[in-house]
Amino acid sequence: MWTFIATEVLFFGGLFLAYFIYRMSYPEAFYNGSRDLSFWKGTLNTAVLLTSSLALALADAFMEQGRRRPFRICLLATAVLGAVFLAVKFSEYREMYERHLVPGMDFPPGVAPATQLFVFLYFVMTGVHALHMLIGIGVMVWLGRLEFRGDIAAGRHAPVQMFGLYWHFVDCVWVFLYPILYLIPHAR
Amino acid sequence: MITANKAALAILRIYLMLLALLFATAAAYRLPPGWYSTPISMAAATAKLLLIFYFYMHLGRQKPLVRVFAAAGFVWLAILLVLTATDYMTRGCSF
Repeated sequence: MWTFIATEVLFFGGLFLAYFIYRMSYPEAFYNGSRDLSFWKGTLNTAVLLTSSLALALADAFMEQGRRRPFRICLLATAVLGAVFLAVKFSEYREMYERHLVPGMDFPPGVAPATQLFVFLYFVMTGVHALHMLIGIGVMVWLGRLEFRGDIAAGRHAPVQMFGLYWHFVDCVWVFLYPILYLIPHAR
Repeated sequence: MITANKAALAILRIYLMLLALLFATAAAYRLPPGWYSTPISMAAATAKLLLIFYFYMHLGRQKPLVRVFAAAGFVWLAILLVLTATDYMTRGCSF
């Protein structure tokens, strides 16, 4: 699993690199692009995702102790918080769609090409991240099924531990996406 | 049950630290922008990453080999970032 995570670090790393180069090249345009995003939605989503990580860490600990009921509640809470994150994300996508701030649409006049680049990076980075979240929610449904069938229990719960690594890592990616997309300070 | 509660409490404590870091990041953004803005947000993000990797992803109780594996991806990422940045900075780019 750690090898897979290393490939994921480099997968997202390439996007972070592209972002880093273009932000250094066009600081003003990136600042303008960032102003179109909602600070509150970004902050709320970070809190939601950190809470989902808390729920999953608790689920993992409960399963380790063989406490099945709290495990089920925490796993469900993780999946629900993941869905809340995606709902907030899609409301933001919708808002941007309505304002024509989507790659492939005609951008409103006055949006600089470099700001369009920021919007493009925003959609690719958050889109790939959201895809990881969707896959994660799917895996949680599968984990729930395994647990109900009695296929995982204390001492043989490797799927829960492995999934924990994946979900926490996806959380970490967002932890970096949040400041670089939503919190760009005005360059002086 | 006492150990169970202890484990849950430790997890909760880390969560509170993560939330405090998030609050610090958001609050720092509200300060007048300056040279310190980006370093503060990136330092807070790195601290969150370390907490999550060490406690929630159990690196703290893993064997050194697993820790090396966990660090490997970041070492390669650092090579990618440093070499590309060097290239851009030494070829007359605007930054």
